[in-house]
Amino acid sequence: MSFPWAKHYEPKAPLMKWLDDRLPLPRFVYNAVGAGYPVPRNLNYFWNFGVLAGAALAMQIVTGIVLAMHFSTDANTAFTSVESIMRDVNAGWFLRYAHANGASMFLAVVYIHIGRGLYYGSYKPPREMVWLLGVVIFLLMMATAFMGYVLPWGQMSFWGAQVITGFFSAIPLVGETIRVWLLGGYAPDAAALNRFFSLHYLLPFVILGVVILHIWALHIPGSNNPTGVEVKDEQDTVPFHPYYTAKDGFGLGVFLLIFATIIFFAPNLLGHPDNYIQANPLSTPAHIVPEWYFLPFYAILKSFTIDFIMPAKLWGVLAMFGSILLLFFLPWLDTSPVRSANYRPVYRWFLVALLVDVIILGYVGGAEPIARNIIMGQIASAYYFLHFLVILPIVSAMERPRPLPNSITEAVLAKRGGTAPTKTAMSGGAIAPAE
Amino acid sequence: MATDHEAIAEGPQDPRRRDYLQIGAVAFAGVGVGVIALPLINQMNPSADVLAASSTEVDISAIEPGQAIKTTFRKQPLFVRNLTPKEIAEADAVPVSSLRDPQTLEQRTKAGKTNWLITLGVCTHLGCVPLGAGEGENKGPYGGYFCPCHGSAYDTAGRIRSGPAPTNLVVPEYEFTSDTVVTVG
Repeated sequence: MSFPWAKHYEPKAPLMKWLDDRLPLPRFVYNAVGAGYPVPRNLNYFWNFGVLAGAALAMQIVTGIVLAMHFSTDANTAFTSVESIMRDVNAGWFLRYAHANGASMFLAVVYIHIGRGLYYGSYKPPREMVWLLGVVIFLLMMATAFMGYVLPWGQMSFWGAQVITGFFSAIPLVGETIRVWLLGGYAPDAAALNRFFSLHYLLPFVILGVVILHIWALHIPGSNNPTGVEVKDEQDTVPFHPYYTAKDGFGLGVFLLIFATIIFFAPNLLGHPDNYIQANPLSTPAHIVPEWYFLPFYAILKSFTIDFIMPAKLWGVLAMFGSILLLFFLPWLDTSPVRSANYRPVYRWFLVALLVDVIILGYVGGAEPIARNIIMGQIASAYYFLHFLVILPIVSAMERPRPLPNSITEAVLAKRGGTAPTKTAMSGGAIAPAE
Repeated sequence: MATDHEAIAEGPQDPRRRDYLQIGAVAFAGVGVGVIALPLINQMNPSADVLAASSTEVDISAIEPGQAIKTTFRKQPLFVRNLTPKEIAEADAVPVSSLRDPQTLEQRTKAGKTNWLITLGVCTHLGCVPLGAGEGENKGPYGGYFCPCHGSAYDTAGRIRSGPAPTNLVVPEYEFTSDTVVTVG
């Protein structure tokens, strides 16, 4: 599916013609990420992050498969096998640091990608399915990252597994049975480690599958853009290749530069020293926290301290899962017809407030559970839900958006100080905002 | 036409017989899937060797009043604590109705042995090991146990008093096989 003016794949070499008649794979690639996919001409650097997430997934799969060749899944030897990867396996330290920090890079890039979607309204019709599949990918990533963190079988691995499987024990009546079933024992042990390894190997390929659906769903309406105005004709777009392959290539270079800096100069910056101590079921580390990318959700979990109809523990777990599941409803909670926050003067500031709120939650998630932090976390958690469930629908209904440009081309030319071509001004005159 | 021919040959009974076959075939396959799913799900439950290691003997002769030991039961920490008379008095002074999970110290210990508090060392919130059993560890505001993960505080009877944990520390099944040996499980 594409715009009528999209270029058509025309194989020239006899071999490519032969292939195109039998298995049109080059045609598929050409239409997906080649010159056959017309993309709005005004994308900014925030549009690099989808490709960066794909690159990060590819790197995680490659380093992960190689690490699996040296990792031992036995609870008695898992920890030492990881140390052996660090000390004995050729370039093992590099592969492990690349994989461990690669997870952080992947999550970081995906958070910016989600933020881009929130700011520019990429979740709105006709791209709801792109957003929904994105939330599915995010959930799968969280599960994969968690199970991967358990594998080195250090103290944080063990206690992370204990706490996170403990979420399920909050379910009334059957919770404890489910927890024991998930772990294959009463506490994390050999059985849990083995199954987490199996699933940690499986899930990235499931993610890859959903990523393909995500891109497929995206290519039906085509990419959103910073104005949020739909593409109207050929002058609004450029072919993906070479224009955005070049731009994404530059972005990938910057990404790799940051990634390499972390791997080579601060490989343990985002880790916890406690995870270099072998798992000890009798001693919880004094200060147990998840990896940075889970901290805001962990803060929501910790914010429930008082029983209210249901036990505090169940509230905490429901709220934590709810904070992510809420994102599935976003396309229907935000009813404003305008996509881009650039043209939504009120929503824009609430989005900034949400960002600050999530950063506060991240701080609270990593802080000690003292009274001041708990109250701060409770306020921040309440605001998170307030944003999506109350503020967003009200702002959508009340807000008076700023006037939208008639077309992408008009917006681009106005920015450059030129005048809009009359053709665009005429053709765009009768079109409602962002529809 | 094939459809006309069948309608004439088999009469109005025909769609019913076909539906019966289709539902029967799908149902049979469904039962098959269910039967295959059962072992695939059940394999994740604790295996026989995990279940076999399910009782533990603890020698309590060396635990002085005010002291506690940490041992393991089903690969989980187990706290055995010898309460001082002051700690027992503190636990008894609390009105039971004010508790989140109302239980008296008597209900949580064996008759005549109320000084022996035997509980799992697993916070009922999310499973961290509470502090307070080891020498010099933080016993929390109620003098019992304190979970460092999310700040749940337990009193000298191992009952939840503040923080997110829903219930008291679990008292496993156990019996005194002699004055100095306890069999747990």
